[in-house]
Amino acid sequence: MSTDIPKIELTGVTKSFGHKQILRGIDFTVPKGKSLVIIGGSGTGKSVTLKCILGLLKPDEGSIKIDGEETIEYSNKQRDAMMGKFGMLFQGAALFDSLKVWENVAFGLIHGQGVSKKDAREIAVAKIKAVGLKPEVANLYPAELSGGMQKRVGLARAVAASPDIIFFDEPTTGLDPIMADVINNLIIDQVKELGATALSITHDMASVRKIADYVAMTHNGVIVWHGAVDELDHSNNPYVEQFIHGRADGPITRRVI
Amino acid sequence: MTSQSEHTKKAPFNPFQTVGAAVLDFFEKAGHLFSFLGRALYHTFLPPFFPRQFMRQIMNIGYYSLPVVGMTALFTGMVLALQSYTGFTRFNAEGAIAGVVVLSVTRELAPVLAGLMVAGRVGASIAAEIGTMRVTEQIDALVTLSVNPFKYLIAPRIVAATLTLPILVLIGDIIGIYGGYVVAIYNLGFNPTSYISQTLDVLTTMDVVSGLVKAAVFGFIVAIMGCYHGFNSGRGAQGVGAATTSAVVSASILILLFNYLLTQVFFS
Repeated sequence: MSTDIPKIELTGVTKSFGHKQILRGIDFTVPKGKSLVIIGGSGTGKSVTLKCILGLLKPDEGSIKIDGEETIEYSNKQRDAMMGKFGMLFQGAALFDSLKVWENVAFGLIHGQGVSKKDAREIAVAKIKAVGLKPEVANLYPAELSGGMQKRVGLARAVAASPDIIFFDEPTTGLDPIMADVINNLIIDQVKELGATALSITHDMASVRKIADYVAMTHNGVIVWHGAVDELDHSNNPYVEQFIHGRADGPITRRVI
Repeated sequence: MTSQSEHTKKAPFNPFQTVGAAVLDFFEKAGHLFSFLGRALYHTFLPPFFPRQFMRQIMNIGYYSLPVVGMTALFTGMVLALQSYTGFTRFNAEGAIAGVVVLSVTRELAPVLAGLMVAGRVGASIAAEIGTMRVTEQIDALVTLSVNPFKYLIAPRIVAATLTLPILVLIGDIIGIYGGYVVAIYNLGFNPTSYISQTLDVLTTMDVVSGLVKAAVFGFIVAIMGCYHGFNSGRGAQGVGAATTSAVVSASILILLFNYLLTQVFFS
């Protein structure tokens, strides 16, 4: 496959819930092996965009291509095969309460890819170590872990099946700055090690500067700016300027009620 | 405030619009439920299957419901014997008590009361568990790990509830009849041999089988209502709470409705 074909390509993606239009035509591409971070205020459509790419929501219009293939009309079987390429770290880690940590990490390997339980456990323990946790953690339940540890386990689960594309939904939200930086480092290490393409959404500018190659900003359901992370401070875009400096005054206005 | 008042004046109450909206809402919800039911049944019969999840649900739904169903059946059988005695002595028909107890328990009380108790215990638990999984994105996580939530979460619960409730009811039948026997013999002074003989004379296979078929239907209703409301739970604690309430209320009403329909089919 040619390296010119973007790993992820969205064109004119729209999505409404009832009368409320959330996405009004999202366009962006993510080159293979690169990391794109989508920034933007709450309710601007970042999570909906991510869920549309993952197939958890179906867009009303537009095109979503993975490796150059249109995915919107995929059958369930094709979608399951596509999911094998994906890893996802959820905002709250979304670990399964009833399963032990190693079972969470090995879940996709055992049930999604048919790896034997013994092999899956070995891979899971290796991934648990790779995200900086002790192997003993493998036998604990998610409720016994701190928020930071849960994020690490979520990251281990996201990378366990060696995905081509990894999605990160607010990976540092709710963590202290030090733990947030630890998670950022782990994300960079894991993405590099796998040679994966990464797509993240976050409000955390420290995280953006650390993990992004490219940045896209959403506002009111469209991408208002897209560029390399080095250009972020010189974007001359009033939305980006306001957002990265956290100013109350500017083109982004918030309704309190 | 002013604009709101003006708006109210411009749009007076229209009963046709209100009724129409309610009817449309009803059909939309019914369609949604039947679509969910269809998907649930489709995934129940097609592999892959999750035997470990199924065994877990057998324990949760069946084994752990045994005390509550047993106690309900026991006291129901005991009360039935006492109340029947109070009524039947007026007509010198004490001899019919054994028959009333055994028919009431096997045909109606054991399946209906077990169904309602399981709806309260298990239906609520299923809705709360799946609703919490929805709210905390665990269901989305299943999808991203290439596992169909209908196969992993819904199918094992439906099969486990449909298979275990008849077993619970069979045990409930025995305990309920025994409850009536204990009261009749030790409290009302009946002869044990003649009580047992009257019980066996009245009881037919159909009485027990009809109760077990009802139980299977009620088990299915409890599981599908718990799964449906949990799967479509709203956000936050309030959403999960509302899903739990809806699961128990809808399952209870459907159990009573289907009890009538099945009784009509079996005995009319």
